Amino acid sequence: MDMIIKFLCAAISSGTPLLFGTVGEILNEKVGHLNLGVEGMMSVGACAGFMAGYYTDNFLIAILAAAVGGMLTAFIYALLTVTFMTNQNVTGLTLTIFGVGLANLIGVFALAQSPNGTLKLPETITATIANLNIPGLSDIPVIGTLLFSYNPFVYIGIAIAILLQFYLYKTKKGLAVRSIGENPATADAVGINVNLQKYLNIMLGGAVCGIGGAYCSMIINGGVWINDNVGGLGWIAAALVIFANWKPGMAIFGSFVFGALRVLKFYIPKSVIEIPNAFFDMLPFLMTALVLVVSSARKSSQRKSQMPSYLGVNYFREDR
Amino acid sequence: MNKREPLIRVVGRAERVGKQRVLLTVGAIVLALAFGAVFLLIMGYNPLQVYATILSGAFRSKLAREGTVKVMIPLVISTLGVTLAFKMRFWNIGAEGQIIMGAAFASYFALYCAHWNHWVLILVMFLAGAIGGGLWGLIAAAFKIRWGTNETLLTLMMNYIAQHIVSYLRDGPWKDPEAAGFSKIARFDSNAALDKVLGVHFGWIIAIVLAVIVFVYLKYTKQGYEIAVVGESHETARYAGMNIKKITLRTMFLSGAVCGICGMVQATGADVTLTTNVAGGVGFTAIIIAWLGNLNPFISMGIAGAFSILEKGSTVVQSSYGLSADCADVLQGIVLFFVVASEFFVRYRFVLRNHKEAK
Repeated sequence: MDMIIKFLCAAISSGTPLLFGTVGEILNEKVGHLNLGVEGMMSVGACAGFMAGYYTDNFLIAILAAAVGGMLTAFIYALLTVTFMTNQNVTGLTLTIFGVGLANLIGVFALAQSPNGTLKLPETITATIANLNIPGLSDIPVIGTLLFSYNPFVYIGIAIAILLQFYLYKTKKGLAVRSIGENPATADAVGINVNLQKYLNIMLGGAVCGIGGAYCSMIINGGVWINDNVGGLGWIAAALVIFANWKPGMAIFGSFVFGALRVLKFYIPKSVIEIPNAFFDMLPFLMTALVLVVSSARKSSQRKSQMPSYLGVNYFREDR
Repeated sequence: MNKREPLIRVVGRAERVGKQRVLLTVGAIVLALAFGAVFLLIMGYNPLQVYATILSGAFRSKLAREGTVKVMIPLVISTLGVTLAFKMRFWNIGAEGQIIMGAAFASYFALYCAHWNHWVLILVMFLAGAIGGGLWGLIAAAFKIRWGTNETLLTLMMNYIAQHIVSYLRDGPWKDPEAAGFSKIARFDSNAALDKVLGVHFGWIIAIVLAVIVFVYLKYTKQGYEIAVVGESHETARYAGMNIKKITLRTMFLSGAVCGICGMVQATGADVTLTTNVAGGVGFTAIIIAWLGNLNPFISMGIAGAFSILEKGSTVVQSSYGLSADCADVLQGIVLFFVVASEFFVRYRFVLRNHKEAK
């Protein structure tokens, strides 16, 4: 029992960076842009957040810096794909190579400046991003641990996902945003400023991804800077969008399932079954591949998918 | 509602051709390098010095030149691989995985059949690499034609699956019993290593031959023509009586096979063992190169050369200035951003508000 609760907690923690990435990418895709640069946006956010945290020792500034970092990276993508109408796959992929490279470059640069050759977050911020411990609440057996024992990112992530679910599916603005992904020409015809909305939502998505990156750099390695700290999570997030059926609310569930897959190997005792570690490491990717295949097979029979019809297609007004 | 005309708007124009296009690309690269220079200046480096070091680092000695060629070989081969798929507008982002599987298939023979006649072994490994990569590419194509599964994301996931298959082999069945500490796969017998020609393993000859073959295949054969038609429009292809499913499967097998050959060349030529890092990002860079090269094998080769200089030179920049070799990735990114943006001006132009139309 104790083991199960520990497992669930670990699953939720390790799913959180995926949640940010997935929700950020949903915003991109809802305006019709398949952005393969999630990994890059997260990396730049990771770097900006960590460095801001390292030099200011302030959690709020760190989160803001991460969001701005992700947003600026997304701006490059938006500028190129929306205004210059470049190929989305190639641009996104380059954004990843560029973003990861930039984050590492700045990381190595900062490492060289640091007196003892390592970068570790200072005390105040470390205390702020530590797991929550509310006297009374966190001590309740089972529920206390399951609900009130995470680092702040977990709650921020869930809050953002719920807010964006509401924004996309329950507000007039959200309807306008979704209509752009379904058919930009029609959206344009009813008076929606298509390009402006594309910019805004891609950049908002980038900001969310950036915060997810900060999780990777600040939490995963115990507050010590390590290069390549996003480590492929951005790619899983890009695929999780399909698992979540383009709904931020579903992304919460999806990312925690994938979080569980990521930590499973630590919770299956070797005495029960002996499965090679490599298999567990492969599991999230294998599952994503399966989800892709299964969801495409289902899509051809029933039409309930929330996938935007104009995903990956650039919009040029004169072509209407 | 009387909305004002936007400040800047985009209008189409007659497509630029020939010299104008080349000028546009050159201009974009120059701008990108200038932008990179500003970036380096902000970080406190002398950009001219860094650029000069990159150039000299790639060419300064025989060893450096051989190193640059070594970097270039896998880039060229895998670029040729993805070019085949891209020509069909099939987004094969899975070159990494296909390289890894090709390397793994070839490695089986390198590890367990090392006593064979050298040239038989090399030939078998070459074929094994092609088949391994080809089959890995075929999986995504099969799902694509059956259910329309998004190939971009599926091939991407298969990169990671391939990587973990190798890490399984490394930790389990293929583990080197003599390795202390970290598990690894044993170094191949020298009989299974590619021979050196002019100082570098003969992967470079394979690369050149493949470039010619791919160029001729795409430009002058019926199958190459079919790929181009399917890439342009499925409707046209169907109207012309082409079997789209067959063409998709065949092309993706070939695309994966070429990437698999790249894996075989890397494992037996450069690394002389199999590691999880055998692809090491080459498959992703290949996509950028193929795109920059406009899917032309020979232009791609030139760009791969430039990227190799950048990459090899960056390692020297790292050792002499402490600037991380990641600056190669950043510079590559900046160059691509500018070049793809410049392609916009081939077909479109900006018009300012209140601008009187000429003529």
